[in-house]
Amino acid sequence: MSDIHNSAGGVPTTGHVWDDDLADYVNQPPKWWMLGLTASAIWVVVYWTMYPAVPLAMSGTFFEGVGLPGSGKWTAIKELAEDQKVLDDVRKPYEDKLKNMTPAAILADEELSKYVERSGKVLFSDNCGGCHGQNGVGTEQVGAKFAQREQGLMAPRLNDDDWLYGGTIDDIHTSISGGRQGMMVAHKDILSAAEIDTLANAVASGNPASTPLFAEKGCTACHGADGKGMAAMGSANLTDKVWRFDGSLEGIKQTITYGVNAGDNARVAIMPNFTAAGKLSAVEMKKLAVYVYKFGGGQKAAPVAVEVAPAVEAASAAEAAPVTAP
Amino acid sequence: MSEPVKEVGSVTSIYSEHEEWKVNMGDATVHAKRMPGRFRTLKYITESLWLFFFVGAYLRWNGKQAILLDVNNRQFHIFNLTILPQDIWMVSLLLLLLAMTLFAVTSVASRVFCGFFCFQTAWVDLFTWIEEKLEGNPNKRHKLDAAPWNAEKIRIKLTKHAIWLLISVLTGISFTIWFEDAFVYWHDLTSFHLSLIEVTVLLAFTLGTYILAGFMREQTCLWLCPYARIQAVMADSQTILPAYDMQRGEPRGKLRHAGKVVAQQGDCIDCFQCVQVCPTGVDIREGQQLGCITCGLCLDACDSVMDKIGRPRGLIRYASLDELEGRPVKKLYQHPRTWVYVGIILLALGGIIYGLNHLGALTLRVSPERQPLFVRMSDGSIQNKYAFKVLNKTDKDLNVKISAEGGVKGQVLIDADKPQLIHHGKASGFTVFVKAPEENVKSEVTKLQFRVENVEDPAMSAEYNTVFNGPKR
Ligand code: SF4
Ligand code: SF4
Repeated sequence: MSDIHNSAGGVPTTGHVWDDDLADYVNQPPKWWMLGLTASAIWVVVYWTMYPAVPLAMSGTFFEGVGLPGSGKWTAIKELAEDQKVLDDVRKPYEDKLKNMTPAAILADEELSKYVERSGKVLFSDNCGGCHGQNGVGTEQVGAKFAQREQGLMAPRLNDDDWLYGGTIDDIHTSISGGRQGMMVAHKDILSAAEIDTLANAVASGNPASTPLFAEKGCTACHGADGKGMAAMGSANLTDKVWRFDGSLEGIKQTITYGVNAGDNARVAIMPNFTAAGKLSAVEMKKLAVYVYKFGGGQKAAPVAVEVAPAVEAASAAEAAPVTAP
Repeated sequence: MSEPVKEVGSVTSIYSEHEEWKVNMGDATVHAKRMPGRFRTLKYITESLWLFFFVGAYLRWNGKQAILLDVNNRQFHIFNLTILPQDIWMVSLLLLLLAMTLFAVTSVASRVFCGFFCFQTAWVDLFTWIEEKLEGNPNKRHKLDAAPWNAEKIRIKLTKHAIWLLISVLTGISFTIWFEDAFVYWHDLTSFHLSLIEVTVLLAFTLGTYILAGFMREQTCLWLCPYARIQAVMADSQTILPAYDMQRGEPRGKLRHAGKVVAQQGDCIDCFQCVQVCPTGVDIREGQQLGCITCGLCLDACDSVMDKIGRPRGLIRYASLDELEGRPVKKLYQHPRTWVYVGIILLALGGIIYGLNHLGALTLRVSPERQPLFVRMSDGSIQNKYAFKVLNKTDKDLNVKISAEGGVKGQVLIDADKPQLIHHGKASGFTVFVKAPEENVKSEVTKLQFRVENVEDPAMSAEYNTVFNGPKR
């Protein structure tokens, strides 16, 4: 036998000795440790039966219905649903109220409009942001990428005070629920190049009525005698500083020549009808109307309180300008 | 087999050392003797400060709890003061201050906190005091522990544990009521309407007190307490602590029959009084050690012995290592370590005083909209959007007026004319637009300061510096 140096005395070792005097005791593990080990082993079995340990095609867990409390019940998707329910429960009282309110009434209610402002972000980003940009900043279509359809904004900016179809809460709601389609005939066969040039220059200067051609060629029929546009038709205000399409001289000529939604090379300005598309519920469209309103538009003439908005009507109608509505 | 080798100087010789280890492992309960004396009295006085822990929460101030650490609603009320999460940095400074005070005291006089102020030792002292009243002196207690169970023993033990548990429950309740209204809590408690978390806290503190003070006692100080572990780094040879004067005491020896001390014997008569009174069961004559909580009780014991045998007091006394080893003793103010701690204390204190003076009743935060930075309006003007958050720390709702300073010439604040309602105790948010003519926007960013002030009390105001964004120039 190897000689065992056991200076602690009496405790047996495994019998292996390294480096002259290094040996392993064969002490029993402490009792608490053994208890812990046993408890862990039991826990493994319990956990395995309660957790969907073996995924099956249909049920997801092997031990469904074993009878232990909670066994076979837990799934990640159920947990998600429960978590979502927490959120939905918080929102429910608000959402219920919204059902029977008009967009204007929602806007007038401080608490509800705040609720919409906070909960509408995802809704807007998912459904509107694609064309109108995050927070309604607009999506510029310029540069090589958009060579085919370079037209300035893909869809109007929503956070300025310039509205093609009116900026009252109801106008905005109508645009969302019914959709909008810009229309302007192509003038390439109606006007000569020189006439287009004259008109484009007048429009670019911000005073389209400065050329008699504006009235003579019938532009006033849609854009109004003063060129300020008509909300009812969605015609652009040609006198303000906001451009629906590319506002350079070349861009204006392009718009006059080929029109809007009028075939080849025309500007494209179509807002889908969200009711027909069936993608948004009535409440969601109301929420979006309030959400868009709150970007800060519709407030020009008389500064309007953000929370309550009694002066909306005054602000908007006259202001509609070169933008195809949302 | 060979007989155990006495290996001196080899690595394994540490095993043979263990016979000499004197570590109180908690296998036998320490039943310490209670002796009257200066430090005993002092300990009673300092410990009774904890009475405030039991009664303080019932103090009322303006119809509300005077000190309420309302964690649920994230606000602390201390008399007139309301501390909201924004001011929590002051609480961390306060914690720093307290920690440094502990450090400074430790560097001067060792574990004063342990011996005289710590809840653990205070509660243990209370528990053992009750034990002594019921079971008698340490000798009797040892006998009772060893005695077989009979009706009498059961009666005594039951009474003791019942009282201990009662104190524990009271401790749990008293702890909780600092965090919620004391009277509401008692009402909920007596009508069994405590929430799950309240029940958990109560149970945890009851059991914690019962086990820590009733059973673990000095073991807590030895193995659990982090302060006990780190306190040594704050002490040095200038730190005074209860110490046995080896020069004077050794060689120790028993008194001879006639009560005479034999010549060339030290002053220590090896009576073990100092060990018997020690609540942690250490023998201070072996030098400063981890177990000693510097409660000074052994000083009392030894002094009384010295009085009896007619020797001067102070065989065990508060002394520094320098003093005991005959090095020159430096003055208190010559202790750089303490000064470092005091310096940090002063810094923290300065921060807290600054904070309290700048708490303000209103706080304003303004975040400018990032996307888009600005909007060009139809008349060509530039509009910025700002999200306001106003925090009202008073206990009443109030209305604020909004104004701006700096910014762009000719700017208009939209919504600024209308006072905004700010609810108390939380942040209220609203939006403000600022619009300015483009020709006046001279640079991409223009400095702008917003100000809100209480409509009724213009002195109550808050400012926030931000910018007005415009197009690239
Ligand atoms: S109490 Fe004093 S005299 Fe008695 S053993 Fe302790 S140090 Fe020695
Ligand atoms: S050795 Fe003395 S000072 Fe230290 S804990 Fe014991 S009685 Fe208290």
